[in-house]
Amino acid sequence: MSDTTTADVAPLSAAQIASGVRSGTLKAVDVLEQHLGRIAAREGDVHAFNLVMADEARAAATAIDAAVAAGNDPGPLAGVPLALKDNMCTRGIPTTCSSKILEGWKPPYDATVVTKLAAAGAVTVGKTNLDEFAMGSSTENSAFGPTRNPLDLNRVPGGSSGGSAAAVAAGFASVSLGSDTGGSIRQPAALCGVVGVKPTYGYVSRYGLVAFASSLDQIGPFTGNVEDAALLMDIIGGHDAMDSTSIPEPQPSLMEAITHGVEGMRIGRITDLPRGADPDVVERLELAFEALQAAGATIVDVEVPAFGYGLTAYYLIAPSEASSNLARYDGVRYGMRVDAPDTNTMYSTTREAGFGEEVQRRIMLGTYALSAGYYDAYYGKALKVRRLIADDFDRAYTKADVLLTPTSPTVAFEFGSKGDDPLAMYLCDVYTIPTNLAGHPGMSVPYGTGQHGLPIGVQILAGTLGEPAMFRAGAALERSLA
Amino acid sequence: MSSTTAPATATPGAGAGAPSVNNPTPGNVYTAGPKTGNEILIDGYELVVGLEVHVELATKTKLFSGSANRFGDEPNTNIDPVTLGLPGALPVLNRQAVELAMYIGTALNCTIQPCAFHRKNYFYPDMPKAYQISQYDQPLNVNGSLELPGGKIIGVERAHLEEDTGKSTHFGGTGGRIHGSTHSLIDFNRAGVPLVEIVSRPDIRTSEEARQYVTELRAILLAVGASDAKMEEGSMRCDANVSVHKPGEPYGTRCEIKNVNSIRSLGKAIDYEARRQIDLIETGEKVRQETRHWDENDGRTHTLRTKEDADDYRYFLEPDLVPLVPSESWIKDIQDSMPMLPTARRKRLAAATGAPADGEAVMVVVERGQDDYVLSVAEAGGDGARALIYVKEAFAPTGDDTAPADAVLPGDIAALTNLETSGKITATQAKTILAEIVANGGGDAAAIATAKGFEAMDTGALEAMVDQVIADNAAAWAKYIGGEDKAMGALVGAAMKASQGKADGKLVTALLQAKRTT
Amino acid sequence: MSGGTSSIGDVSERITAADVVKVAKLARLDITPENLERTTAQLAGMLEHFADIDALDLDGVEPMTQPYPLQNVFREDVVLPSLDRAEVLAAAPAAEDGRFRVPPIMGLDG
Ligand SMILES: [Mg+2]
Ligand SMILES: [Zn+2]
Repeated sequence: MSDTTTADVAPLSAAQIASGVRSGTLKAVDVLEQHLGRIAAREGDVHAFNLVMADEARAAATAIDAAVAAGNDPGPLAGVPLALKDNMCTRGIPTTCSSKILEGWKPPYDATVVTKLAAAGAVTVGKTNLDEFAMGSSTENSAFGPTRNPLDLNRVPGGSSGGSAAAVAAGFASVSLGSDTGGSIRQPAALCGVVGVKPTYGYVSRYGLVAFASSLDQIGPFTGNVEDAALLMDIIGGHDAMDSTSIPEPQPSLMEAITHGVEGMRIGRITDLPRGADPDVVERLELAFEALQAAGATIVDVEVPAFGYGLTAYYLIAPSEASSNLARYDGVRYGMRVDAPDTNTMYSTTREAGFGEEVQRRIMLGTYALSAGYYDAYYGKALKVRRLIADDFDRAYTKADVLLTPTSPTVAFEFGSKGDDPLAMYLCDVYTIPTNLAGHPGMSVPYGTGQHGLPIGVQILAGTLGEPAMFRAGAALERSLA
Repeated sequence: MSSTTAPATATPGAGAGAPSVNNPTPGNVYTAGPKTGNEILIDGYELVVGLEVHVELATKTKLFSGSANRFGDEPNTNIDPVTLGLPGALPVLNRQAVELAMYIGTALNCTIQPCAFHRKNYFYPDMPKAYQISQYDQPLNVNGSLELPGGKIIGVERAHLEEDTGKSTHFGGTGGRIHGSTHSLIDFNRAGVPLVEIVSRPDIRTSEEARQYVTELRAILLAVGASDAKMEEGSMRCDANVSVHKPGEPYGTRCEIKNVNSIRSLGKAIDYEARRQIDLIETGEKVRQETRHWDENDGRTHTLRTKEDADDYRYFLEPDLVPLVPSESWIKDIQDSMPMLPTARRKRLAAATGAPADGEAVMVVVERGQDDYVLSVAEAGGDGARALIYVKEAFAPTGDDTAPADAVLPGDIAALTNLETSGKITATQAKTILAEIVANGGGDAAAIATAKGFEAMDTGALEAMVDQVIADNAAAWAKYIGGEDKAMGALVGAAMKASQGKADGKLVTALLQAKRTT
Repeated sequence: MSGGTSSIGDVSERITAADVVKVAKLARLDITPENLERTTAQLAGMLEHFADIDALDLDGVEPMTQPYPLQNVFREDVVLPSLDRAEVLAAAPAAEDGRFRVPPIMGLDG
């Protein structure tokens, strides 16, 4: 880090920033000001944030510099500007889920990931925009207006973690956290040209993540490169006693994993993958296979016959869980209330006024799928399809260490281009959803550009706790572009 | 009460027509009601009752979070993100709650099985998440039973874990009732407190059996330390499913009665409801399946909600929790550490004293936990039957809940029983000595007897005295001879007075009877 | 299809405006008459699409409810501090006398 200076932080990775700040060659406050400067310049156009926390961030950065000056180590993310998706609880700081129903609500507690990142020395610059309650694939469904893709302001950043993806792509934050229930990290990462990781279910604590679909939700990082993603994962991962679904097994260091290449690794190609990806996306995927082969891996054919049924299973399971998870927004204890002469009316008027259209649609769908007489045909059946998908993947992973697919069928699309048909938007997630159903990890790594010079992501999938292999492949892909 | 629905001909054993039962601490003391059985019919109808009893577990914290499980605290001072259903909060199961639930299951002879938690979705202001985490089709404890003191077995279908709700208080209406109120205030201290819901099979046939079931269940819960089971504080709550039918015909439509806050009310509510249903059927109407509310003030049940507005709870497995699979060794540890339960204690005491296991003395003494003391008197060489009566009569718990039994050496009581059974003192004298021993926390019965000049009269002196009493009370004697048994009391009383308590009442009675027949 | 499992194709044909009204009531969502038709059509459209899984043979397939097989996750029975009542009630839409205030509880059981 001897050649880094405070005047030139823009190209620095999170790892470099932390290293510079810890060694005293970089000041956290200077790094922060660079990012706040970019926010000042472009946030008005991009609208990545629901809340920019400049004052709190300056105080945190100052404290980190003071700690270094006092000979203390602020931690492995010292001075790294961080953005948090606005569905993670931050004590005393508004957490809205981009919903009117939670506008102004200040949680009385921190999410586990927030505590961990603060302890590691990260500096939170703001809370990022999302599709309301993480339901969407474009960040158009925010009660506070859409986020724009920093690479083309006429296009969506993807979603639901569009704000977090855009914040990293625009240099507003060095790294950010998103949540991925059906592709909500990987798809916006692909559309914004950054790295996005959805860990194995249970790898990262969900405590303090506002639930969308509890059996699918996972928190993961957005970063500018694979190494930073490994750095973040090593910090936010690990067992948490506050989350009953948190995996107790120790997690090997991913920073260590990426020091290994892909020689001898088996890369799977899903021969029966649903079609529909644009030609430029297919072309980049082929180049990715070639690159990994060139790096010493073998390409093997696998089948995942139930892959294509993921969309249906997902759109029955996720709304069902959501219909229950979102029932607590009733105007009694926190958030918005529309006054009414009796409690029952208050519920309906509050929820009608507080939830946006897509959220209401999914609550309706989920309530229906769980209701008496329909459970077996919808929710119950979807759970069986979920098992088929997981079993298919498990069979595939006996032949391959990781699988490669497109992340998104297309590059970033224009606002409003999906029209009025909810299904058209749901199809954005056709390649990402099955992984959530199986509980497996997946990541999107930028792999060149396609139409309009917009970024294309390649999705790397692995089996349960297959993060080390997934990261090795991701790092190899990234190196092949260099 | 309207004349058509008043329980004027209520089930024997409870209700307006039954002998009133003195119950100083409601739900706390066994009462000697009539024997129960299936033979009791009301206007030719058989009563069928199943009970759902909710008990709050005696844990330090809530079922899924670390805030305190404590009754009576300032409102909303035992709250946390999970309790309030804050966004992002996640439940984690309290091991101790599971353990106490397993104690309950074991005490009720249940099979303890692998189980899971579901979400029961419904909106209510004191239900923070708008779903209750409960056990649905995979409960922890299944297929158990509870033996009533008289020996009848009541099936226990299941005993499952679930979380309690908060508490709503209604304002602006009359008498704190929800109807006509202007607003309600919610306290979430109770929300998330661990409950075990114990569901009986519909094996109960009389309100007296229902009372016995709940009384027995309460005794079991206290014995295993699973709950303080205070109905008045709501840590034990009882709902009754009641139906009536003619024997041989299918079960009738049932109504669920809620808000029964004491064992006394339970009997009254069941009797009222049975009468109401019978009257409906007898007048050609139909019983509607509904939930009814017991109103302590007017002694009636009222419609709370009908089947038509029954909610659709949309149960599904709670994705924030993982399955609960109690290990064999955990189950065995609990079996091995089970305290002796009331049924076994009563049988043991009955065997040691010769008294009936469901008689009042055995019931009361076991209920008070003084059976070990009675046994230790017998072990110290005393007479078990006398010791049982002494302890029942003289060792009643005082206001501060401590029995005087602790202080008195069993040997002192043993000596007293022997003094009486050997005929050296009379029962009346024994009672006086017992009172003194209890008051002093112990004492030498023989020495007290001597000091008081107590000695039983010999038979010759007794007979002479009885003859004198007959002579002095000629009118009473004439009545007695004429067949008026009641006159005996006056004669015995006169004899006891004349002997200054030295006569044995039983001997006096026997002498009087002998003299009448000769 | 397996016996006993109803197919989506069968039930989705029956989704009516009345069903939608019932579901909205269960979910405590006000549904305006203008929205009713649209919502019914959208839900019907989705459910029709979801009938693709009717083609699968799901006989004997165990439902998958949890991605990672854990069991017996416990916490110990140790009291943790309560949240601050004043802070929590300050965030409530209405509070009074240390408690959360709601309008009269009507149309609900209790
Ligand atoms: Mg019940
Ligand atoms: Zn219950």
